[in-house]
Amino acid sequence: MRKRVQRSHRLLSVIMTIVCVVYMYPIFMVLMNSLKVENAISTSTAFELPTAETFAGLANYENAVNTQGFFMSLFWTVLITVTSVLAILIFCSMFAWYITRVENKFTKALYLLCAFSMVVPFQMVMFTLSSTAHDLHLNTPWTLWIIYLGFGAGLAVFMFCGFMRSVPIDMEEAAMIDGCNPIQTYFYIVFPLLRPTMISVAVLEAMWIWNDYLLPTLILDVDKYKTISMLIQFFRGSYGRVEMGPMMACIMLAIIPIIIVYLFGQKHIIKGVVSGAVKG
Amino acid sequence: MQKAIKKYWPIFVLPTLAAFVIGFIIPFVEGVYLAFCQFTTVRDATLIGFNNFVRAISDNTFTHAFWYNCAFVVVTTIAINVGGLLVAVLLTKGIRATNAFRTVFFMPNLIGGIVLGYIWQILLNCVLSLLERPLLALDATAGFWGLVILMCWQQIGYMMIIYVAGLQSIPDTLVEAAEIDGATRWQTFWKVKLPMLMPSITICLFLTITNSFKLFDQNMALTGGQPAHQSELLAYNIYYTFYGRSGPQWRGIGQAKAVIFCLIVVAIALIQLRVTRKREVQQ
Repeated sequence: MRKRVQRSHRLLSVIMTIVCVVYMYPIFMVLMNSLKVENAISTSTAFELPTAETFAGLANYENAVNTQGFFMSLFWTVLITVTSVLAILIFCSMFAWYITRVENKFTKALYLLCAFSMVVPFQMVMFTLSSTAHDLHLNTPWTLWIIYLGFGAGLAVFMFCGFMRSVPIDMEEAAMIDGCNPIQTYFYIVFPLLRPTMISVAVLEAMWIWNDYLLPTLILDVDKYKTISMLIQFFRGSYGRVEMGPMMACIMLAIIPIIIVYLFGQKHIIKGVVSGAVKG
Repeated sequence: MQKAIKKYWPIFVLPTLAAFVIGFIIPFVEGVYLAFCQFTTVRDATLIGFNNFVRAISDNTFTHAFWYNCAFVVVTTIAINVGGLLVAVLLTKGIRATNAFRTVFFMPNLIGGIVLGYIWQILLNCVLSLLERPLLALDATAGFWGLVILMCWQQIGYMMIIYVAGLQSIPDTLVEAAEIDGATRWQTFWKVKLPMLMPSITICLFLTITNSFKLFDQNMALTGGQPAHQSELLAYNIYYTFYGRSGPQWRGIGQAKAVIFCLIVVAIALIQLRVTRKREVQQ
């Protein structure tokens, strides 16, 4: 019996390994093509390995970095993601604490509105949101976090509220009796308890903001600021023949930082996804 | 304690509330209002009643996008959840290198929709040209299945993670009790594990349905609605109505379409949550 189980496990391992290799193939294909010269990349030869004649070395990568401004896009994307996630973590957790601890009709309405905003599709507000952002001069990467704080508040508040309902109120009361004001109570008592939820929220919001395409495209000035997603779309949107080589290199450059972050923070990312799902 | 906290509302509530008003409430209310107007910018709107809605519904590309999207939601929801659950079951059997497999399956989720769309466009076009069939941009059926494959590739890993967590939280005693009572493995799965998984299934169905309904980036990057609007999902159809067409009437129609789209998504989310919540078992 045990032997049979072992054998079936080994077979399963082999099958899973094959499936995983197939699963990773699309990324490998992009890597392969990003190393080819321009006229060797066509729809019928995308599966062929680069040969001596078609091997381009890192020329496509140089092109992507030097003439297409990849690093500038990387900078804007990092800036927008970091500022937005930090703002969401700090402000939304404070907001969530207030609306769970103060119970009245107003806070209940706010909670429901936040839950509602999670379901509403972006297309519903895209036109009016971008015109509001232009009117208030929020259309630079330095101020885009305000928009993300507003539009991303739903999920964060929802998750923070879910966690805070399970935290006993006693400790906070004790702190208040000992003379803490609400701000001290929040930052000394509640804030440290929130760490696991903070990580989950940060993971989910960062995954969304980093990869978001439509919101920054509609709000930012496309000629001045391009996030990574916008840059890759720009290859296609521009007139004339699409330069496939640099585009492949850009796709590869866009994937590499994600893979590095993923390999280091895998545990947190997977935990974040699971707890986000349980509370949703 | 409530009173003490209440005084501090400008610090706790105001920043998020201000951003929420700017980023959601004003655009939403304005959006609903503009659906009844003819406009090219927010300032020059004139009320025209339900005209936009009538024109939106009689727009062939919109109704086509609706049915196309419905088919897409049904196919992807089934495929992703069956696939995710299957992988989750296989990965909780305790085979070697489970963690490495999990890492691989989850990874496509972290890559953005635009990037994914272009990766698959190149790959699928190559496959199609080797099979000597028309490319993605010329064949709406190929575009549909291409998008389905892309979504499965991306989302199976995400749902797998949720199902693995669900499977691991089922107490061993329950499974053992079923085995002692003489249940086969198949029976244990259908009669014990699956009912216990209902909370995970609820959330996964919810996520896949709303994701597939709201899908935009992948659709734009993979086919861009080609050929002739035949592979447009609702979100992309609305986007195109706004920014791809000239003529003063289109923005109002686009906004009306967006309101209809929003109502559909909200209604489906509510129905779906209610139906599956009922079937969850109490632990």
